[in-house]
Amino acid sequence: MALYSEVVMDHFMNPRNVGIIEDADGVGQVGNAKCGDIMKIYLKIENDVIVDVKFETFGCGSAIASSSMATEMIKGKPLSDALQLTNRAVAEALHGLPAQKMHCSVLAEEAIKSAVKDYYDRNGIAYDKAMFPDCEHCAHCE
Amino acid sequence: MFVYADNAATTKMSKLAIETMVPYYESVFGNPSSLHSAGQEAKEALENARATVAACLGCDPREIYFTSGGSEADNQAIISAARYGARKNKKHIISTAFEHHAVLHTLNKLEKEGYEITLLDVKEGHNVTAQQVKDAIREDTCLVTCMYANNEIGSVLPIGEIGAICKEAGVPFHTDAVQAAGHLHIDVKAQNIDMLSLSAHKFHGPKGVGVLYVRRGFPMTNLIEGGAQERSKRAGTENIPGICALAAALKDACDHMEEHTATVTAMRDKLIEGLSQIPHCALNGDPVNRLPGNVSFCFEGIEGESLLLLLDMHGICASSGSACTSGSLDPSHVLLAIGRVHDVAHGSLRLSLSHYNTMEEIDHILTYVPKVVQQLRNMSPVWRDLQNGVREYIL
Repeated sequence: MALYSEVVMDHFMNPRNVGIIEDADGVGQVGNAKCGDIMKIYLKIENDVIVDVKFETFGCGSAIASSSMATEMIKGKPLSDALQLTNRAVAEALHGLPAQKMHCSVLAEEAIKSAVKDYYDRNGIAYDKAMFPDCEHCAHCE
Repeated sequence: MFVYADNAATTKMSKLAIETMVPYYESVFGNPSSLHSAGQEAKEALENARATVAACLGCDPREIYFTSGGSEADNQAIISAARYGARKNKKHIISTAFEHHAVLHTLNKLEKEGYEITLLDVKEGHNVTAQQVKDAIREDTCLVTCMYANNEIGSVLPIGEIGAICKEAGVPFHTDAVQAAGHLHIDVKAQNIDMLSLSAHKFHGPKGVGVLYVRRGFPMTNLIEGGAQERSKRAGTENIPGICALAAALKDACDHMEEHTATVTAMRDKLIEGLSQIPHCALNGDPVNRLPGNVSFCFEGIEGESLLLLLDMHGICASSGSACTSGSLDPSHVLLAIGRVHDVAHGSLRLSLSHYNTMEEIDHILTYVPKVVQQLRNMSPVWRDLQNGVREYIL
């Protein structure tokens, strides 16, 4: 039995949207090297729509696959849709993740939210702080 | 190309070991405790295997106890010494920080019972010295347990020197020789070893069978109660096919040790030299006193599990001490013990070789590891930060 689904392996082996956006409108980074995973998301935003997205990930196979899948799921979508993206939706789109790897999908959700928050902060757009949980306080890295 | 380079995890069984097992399932299947001829034939096979193992270790057959594997042997050795020590009011145990969990978790259990545990530091040279052991020995020390060779980073400990110090101090000495048996020369008498654990599947024998050597006269504590098997020290009908195959595989390994050491060491050194060319990496473990088949590196800026998955796609079976491969959040205690920080310990790779590997396979590994490391670095934000000077290189 394989550790990961075929979809996870496909996104791990052929990750979509890898790279950086030099003139990104929002950048979010979550996780830390001590825990073994860092995810960084770059957003290009026009008229509240994500016209381009790139990621860089230091982490295990499921972290890379989660980043790839999550970026695919928000590309071309309005910001409001991106903010609705849940880790569960990412994991489901990947045809499931092993229980101990679910936090990888959480990182993907948080990295996107963090990038959107950065965009709001840069442009002085008001937002509900409760929508953006602080990664540093999640139990994963305790 | 399929390259199995995870021989420290387990090995492929030799034809000899497989062929040795078969008759004990097909024809000589009796219970050695039975009085009839079928049982007595099995009993004879059991005692022949015991004599073979004893000859390989340099001890008396009566000092050999067959177990279910290395973990059971480690547990029984440590518990035996602890119980014996308690009877004499000695409840201090010395070990090392990079032991296998079979040892460390048993020591944790004893610590909760009130024993005091000293774990020797292994940062210096990724090894321990006999002097460290000497300095740690106290009046109330009831056991020194130091592995013969480390399973993750390959360091080979100065077992003979430690044995001499323990003998002089009158402290029982156990060694977990799971990675050493069949690969390094062992002589329990000359090395003053009181107890030693080994496991068949690390030298091309079957899984589920191991040995605990205990010097005659050392009082043992049973872990498994029941029948009078193994001189009443380990109950349960003996795994005759496994035991006979263990003996055959160990003898075969010892008979060909010189030749196998030469070929495996040459492959190991080529791998180490080749992988050292990758920028910002470091060899883990003692560079000189090292298992013939162990190659262990940390690569900065990447994570080990994704490295293993990509190598697997290129047919290479390897191992890592990264947290993601262990199911826990912390990377390997061995890598942390030798002083690798978390960030770097996550990016570890262990390749462990056997004489079944070939130089062509080593070339295959040397082709793909640098490519895969670069591939992962190219998508790593940590690597980008290192390259841009935002973060400082550790390696």
